Amino acid sequence: MKIVIIGCGKVGFTLAEQLSREDHDIVVIDSHRKLLDEAQDALDIMTVEGNGASLEVLRDAGTADADVLIATTNADEINLLCCISAKKLGCRHTIARVRNPQYSQQIAFLKDELGLSLSVNPEQAAAQEIFKIIQIPSFLKRDSFYKGRVELVELKLSEGGRLDGKRIMDAAKLLGLRVLICAVERDGKVFIPNGRFELKGGDRITVTAARSLLAKLIRNLDLERQKIRGVMIIGCSRVAEYLADDLIKSGVDVKLIEKDEEKCRQFSINFPEAIVINGDASKRGFLETQGLESVDAVITLTGIDEENLITSIYAHHLGVAKTVTKVDRNEYTRLFDDQIGSIVCPKDLTSNEILRYIRAMGNRGNGTVKALHRIVDGKAEALEFSVSNPAPFIGVPIAKLNIKPSTLIACICRSNQIIIPKGDDELKLGDTLIVVTGAEQSYSDLNDIFEKEAVKQ
Amino acid sequence: MNLRLTGNYLGKILLLECAAMVPSLIIALCEKSWMSALAFAIMMASLGVFGGLLSAIKPNKQKLYAREGFVIVALSWILISLFGALPYTISGFVPSYVDSVFETVSGFTTTGSSILTDIEALPMSLLLWRSITIWLGGMGVLVFILALTPYGSGNGMRLHIMKAESPGPVVGKITPKLRSTARILYSLYIALTLIEFIMLLCGGMPVFDAVNTSLSTAGTGGFAIKNAGIAAYSPYCQVVIAIFMMLFGVNFSIYYLLIIRDFKSIWKNGELKVYLSIVVIATAAIAFNTSSMFATAGETLRHSFFQVNAIITTTGFSTVDFNLWPVFSQTILVGLMFIGGCAGSTAGGLKVTRVIILLKSFKNEVRRMLHPQCVTTVKVDGKPIEDETVNQVGIYFAIYMFIMIISVLILSIAGYSFTTNVTAVISCLNNIGPGLDKVGPVCNFGFVAPYGKIVLIIDMLLGRLELFPLLMLFSPSVWKKI
Repeated sequence: MKIVIIGCGKVGFTLAEQLSREDHDIVVIDSHRKLLDEAQDALDIMTVEGNGASLEVLRDAGTADADVLIATTNADEINLLCCISAKKLGCRHTIARVRNPQYSQQIAFLKDELGLSLSVNPEQAAAQEIFKIIQIPSFLKRDSFYKGRVELVELKLSEGGRLDGKRIMDAAKLLGLRVLICAVERDGKVFIPNGRFELKGGDRITVTAARSLLAKLIRNLDLERQKIRGVMIIGCSRVAEYLADDLIKSGVDVKLIEKDEEKCRQFSINFPEAIVINGDASKRGFLETQGLESVDAVITLTGIDEENLITSIYAHHLGVAKTVTKVDRNEYTRLFDDQIGSIVCPKDLTSNEILRYIRAMGNRGNGTVKALHRIVDGKAEALEFSVSNPAPFIGVPIAKLNIKPSTLIACICRSNQIIIPKGDDELKLGDTLIVVTGAEQSYSDLNDIFEKEAVKQ
Repeated sequence: MNLRLTGNYLGKILLLECAAMVPSLIIALCEKSWMSALAFAIMMASLGVFGGLLSAIKPNKQKLYAREGFVIVALSWILISLFGALPYTISGFVPSYVDSVFETVSGFTTTGSSILTDIEALPMSLLLWRSITIWLGGMGVLVFILALTPYGSGNGMRLHIMKAESPGPVVGKITPKLRSTARILYSLYIALTLIEFIMLLCGGMPVFDAVNTSLSTAGTGGFAIKNAGIAAYSPYCQVVIAIFMMLFGVNFSIYYLLIIRDFKSIWKNGELKVYLSIVVIATAAIAFNTSSMFATAGETLRHSFFQVNAIITTTGFSTVDFNLWPVFSQTILVGLMFIGGCAGSTAGGLKVTRVIILLKSFKNEVRRMLHPQCVTTVKVDGKPIEDETVNQVGIYFAIYMFIMIISVLILSIAGYSFTTNVTAVISCLNNIGPGLDKVGPVCNFGFVAPYGKIVLIIDMLLGRLELFPLLMLFSPSVWKKI
């Protein structure tokens, strides 16, 4: 497909990188020559220098016969203007990043009137992600599929725990639950394991399970079962506002620490139930006076990655059960694996949501991608497909199917049943499948996950 | 410095050269020229072996930066020249290896100067090989490889290779994917070559001559297969060749724009307009100046049009001995030698874009002397050019002149005339072919002393690769780990 991306910042670059790897024709527009040159040197794309909202620049970039235009500049207004102009020129789909909460309330109106296909709000997405993590703190990450009834959760195996040294095929028996360990991350590498793979303490595993089984999973793995009753949020930002809203509505106590007096005042007006403290979290000893050691969870949301990371490490060091850190650039976060809990990167969430949309777009026939989540730090993907057309792999036991390497069918959803597949389960017409794959391949069609001869002879 | 990746590319280039020798081998067998058949067979075998060995090196990482781009280009060109010279020597037709290398480099760099005193004494297979070297060198051997690479990551970085080999101050892509760009360029190239071939056939030119002439025109090289050059062919053929020389001197992106019917962008292209104007004005000036030398006005116009196009596109064909022309016309021709064709074409020289940028920046510089605090920009086709690019063009010109002066100095030790030395260097540095005086259009470079030929060989490579890739090889920091 032909895709035009406006804005060559972190999100724009990530999208250009991933999409050009998936063989689309990419044109990137930005007003900064330097950013474009860097992108041009590293990626197989075309660049156009100029203001993305100007018709002339859009025409130069060939927007008139583009399939998708993605506007990811820093200014919502420019993004929306780009999308309007592009749609007028003839671009088929438009996606805009809109962060201002005041605009996001008008999103439904905007989408219809202006033909906007998708709008992405990174801060809101980050807040939702953090909220999900807080709900079940034992998991590092949660992604839901099939209308929320199946989840892929990421958790860390403890040394000497129940699964340390055991093989995958024994895991389900040991846990007493029908769950599937569909991805293992060890030393920065990701494995899509077969039954004989041996787990080690320290591994980060991704488990597919029906939502209803999650509580049992936590119990059987001897993970911390705490419920989070109170959180300390450090740094008042848009993410903090979205998050506080969700937390307070679900009955969790919120304490906010923020340096800027005006922001504190505003927050306190919006959220009277929260405790707002005007102070500098980076000052030594200050956080302890605020009860850092005894809080259930610490969420660091300042605008400075380094401060967030240090505060989280410190909190972890003091024994706080759960920490969630927001970072803007997550190139180095894996260094801190052992010392902090979950990491949320709004820009990654934005890219993922857009990629998901694009992947679901260009398809026909069997298995449009209904949902896509990049898991294991972007090194693997989980896709939701629907089996909507007759195909040779239907009605054949999974053990007899030639599935491409590093790929597995993690879950079959049929009517109201959630089936964690075994070798003798079969795929039926109308099923929804969740497929997990190492991120080298990018599948946009269900047929792609099988080799040429789908059925073994 | 990604040595494994470099080796891998060098291997692929050698394999390409091996494949390029197939037509010559076939012709050699058909014409029963056993010595040259043997030479080509030996060469294909060695290229196959070396190429196969090198391209079997699997690179650990696909990282390819500007540094690798330059080195790959420079080393490739040196290797194909050294290997490609051997058929001449092994077959015995050009006993001196220095002479063979000169002829081969002259081919690949699309210069078209020859050390042969009797072109027609060569068997057809070698004549064909000469023309093929020009054709491949014109659009670029590495661009050919890039057109063949499979899809995959790392493609973006290969732009560095294309930037290093393709001529022009700023090299851009035509389509987002590098492989498509390379393919489109080569498709247009092949199409235009074929069209010229057919039109020459229509003019009654023998098939073998038509093949060689179109290959030679396409790369704007200038190897003719008759001793008399293009004077040996009919006026119709001369006009056809003149027009196609002019066409091959145009930026190939223009042809792409033509195909996608983007006429507005073509119209906005200042370089094209300047190029065409120069051709018209120079033709007129020379026609007036030489009108007394020819019988009819038509003949005058034909010869002057032909020669202007031959020189400005740095092809170097000749229909008449312009050594005998009045000095005014000769000076115009030397001036055209410097200007060269458009960027993004197969022509050599400084390139019309650079000349335009230089002239505009001269104007700005004068204005800045008058108004010290003045801020100026150079605009080309309505878009401002970065200061950095403008500076690079200036420095390019300076290094260019410097190399020219040193080359002339070294050449002058042998005692030839000043005009010979200067035009020989200009001709080789700009990849034209003929010069004036002892290296005029009906002469050849055979008489030059071996060390002089080596200087000219280096000049030809420097000119075609636009100075930097070759100069890079001598910079220690390219090879260091940092």
